[in-house]
Amino acid sequence: MKSQNLAWLIRRHGIEMTHLSGGSHIGAIMSVADIIAVLYADILHFDPAEPKADNRDRFILSKGHAGASIYAALAESGFFATEELKTHYQNGSRLSGHVSHHVPGVDFSTGSLGHGLSAAAGMALAAKQDKKQHKVYVVLGDGECNEGSVWEAALFSAHFELDNLICIVDHNHMQSLDTCDNTLSTFPLAGIWRGFGWNTVEVDGNDHEQLRNALTAPAVPGKPTVIVAHTTKGKGVSFMENDILWHYRFPHDGWEYDLAVTEMHRVKPADVVDPYTPDGIADPIMPDENADIYRDHTTSATYHPTWFGKEKAE
Amino acid sequence: MRDTFVRTLIELAKEDKNIEIVTGDLGFGVLKPFWEALPDQFINAGIAEQNMTSAAAGMALEGKNVFTYSIGNFPTLRCLEQIRNDCAYHHANVKIVCVGGGFVYGSLGMSHHAMEDIAVMRALPDVVVMCPGDLVEAEAATKAIAKHQGTCYLRLGRGGEKRIHAELPDFEIGKAIPVQTGERIAIFSTGAIFEEVEETCNLLKDVGIYPTVYTFPTVKPIDTEVIREIASTHEMIVTCEEHNLSGGFGSAVAEVLAEMPSHARLLRIGMNDQYSTLVGNQKYLRDQYGMSGKKIFEKIIHEVKK
Repeated sequence: MKSQNLAWLIRRHGIEMTHLSGGSHIGAIMSVADIIAVLYADILHFDPAEPKADNRDRFILSKGHAGASIYAALAESGFFATEELKTHYQNGSRLSGHVSHHVPGVDFSTGSLGHGLSAAAGMALAAKQDKKQHKVYVVLGDGECNEGSVWEAALFSAHFELDNLICIVDHNHMQSLDTCDNTLSTFPLAGIWRGFGWNTVEVDGNDHEQLRNALTAPAVPGKPTVIVAHTTKGKGVSFMENDILWHYRFPHDGWEYDLAVTEMHRVKPADVVDPYTPDGIADPIMPDENADIYRDHTTSATYHPTWFGKEKAE
Repeated sequence: MRDTFVRTLIELAKEDKNIEIVTGDLGFGVLKPFWEALPDQFINAGIAEQNMTSAAAGMALEGKNVFTYSIGNFPTLRCLEQIRNDCAYHHANVKIVCVGGGFVYGSLGMSHHAMEDIAVMRALPDVVVMCPGDLVEAEAATKAIAKHQGTCYLRLGRGGEKRIHAELPDFEIGKAIPVQTGERIAIFSTGAIFEEVEETCNLLKDVGIYPTVYTFPTVKPIDTEVIREIASTHEMIVTCEEHNLSGGFGSAVAEVLAEMPSHARLLRIGMNDQYSTLVGNQKYLRDQYGMSGKKIFEKIIHEVKK
């Protein structure tokens, strides 16, 4: 499948899965969709018939809250039926909100941030010791980079020269309550990774060509690679983009779902079939003047401590 | 005990190249024989226990049998979630080795006293918890966890630097080991505090009391069979651990007893749910907090007279 088509389907599944389940994190699912699509369509070596094949590339989604994107990619890649995606979050389902290794094709369970890079580094180190040729890919969130353990792993990977390890940071510049800058302003992120000794590449993380070029560039011998992928949180649905509300909110019945689907259909690749609303929504409900849309929901919009505040300096 | 562990692991690792040690920058003078003999099976992960533990899980999922190594609370409490999510949940072959269970690093202060580790590790599903009491148990436990598929915790003490048991040909994870058969009172001991229990037994002998004695090198899975049998044939069970009383070995025994219709009464010896504020060596602190051979003896006599 073409990566553009897979990205569209990941987003469409994500909208449907969170809509049906009331699940969180659609903003993160949308922002990471292009990264996941390029990886599964063009980069990762795997065989759905043999999910544990020793020569497969390893992949860890360390920002496990965007798990729906992986489930969608795995289903579309043939690991299990896409029909099962509708069970996400449901009683008795295999598809927990955060990524589970009990699902075929998933190498590692995540959900608590700051674990995935370390596990990936361990896998990469073992592969080096055993002279195996596969690569280990891991996707981190930028908010996740608040976790100290990420930087323990960054030191470790650089020290042991794990050039078979590729880390992609989904740098959507937002986290749970606010922008990254307004939370723990440790930026620019790429400079930090460079300082930790990593081969550091910056791309537009919603641009497939740029992602593909970065992911197919030859490794720098002796250095792990990080691709700092600048993305837009909520990418693909205008009212979700860069609105922190959609870190937790799910598309409800009514205008939220209808408008999201309608917007997606405007950019649907011609050769993709929407499995849920094949012809779009005929008469979509639209937001009225009271709708909570295009507003600033960041903490800093309403949080004004007297003893500390960047606006004072302005 | 730690030298026995290292020596044993070198033997095993020479036969199995997938056995590796990953240390959190500790083991000066201890691990040298390992890295000299088996440099390709040794990694110093630096002072970064969270990464050490998750990386060990990643290595284990690729077929390695990884022993993480540090002291006190660093390989356990510092990286608890990594043990839970990354090692145990993935059934990863990671063997967590702590040197210095209890008051081993007495004078170094509270940060270095591992007094809640048994309780915390015991709370995790799919983690074997082992606390050998002497050199023979340490060797047998090392071999047993190396063979075990899954996540284990090995708590090594200092002291216990002698051999209680002549040999343990039938050593098994989950089995208590009989040391002597007596009557009325039974003492169950886990870990290096057994040397204090030996002293207790000598003092008891002087007053005509001959307890049954077991060591429990495995705290989880606990040997319910032995506990049930002794609880039915003895009047009192005394548990001894160099560890807090909340949730530790004594608690594990109590859980088994509580589910019996009737059973021997229980006296738990351990740290009385507090942090140590005193400065002193292991023997001193054991005595101050009621875990020396003499203090255990006095508590038993006090209970017997009740």
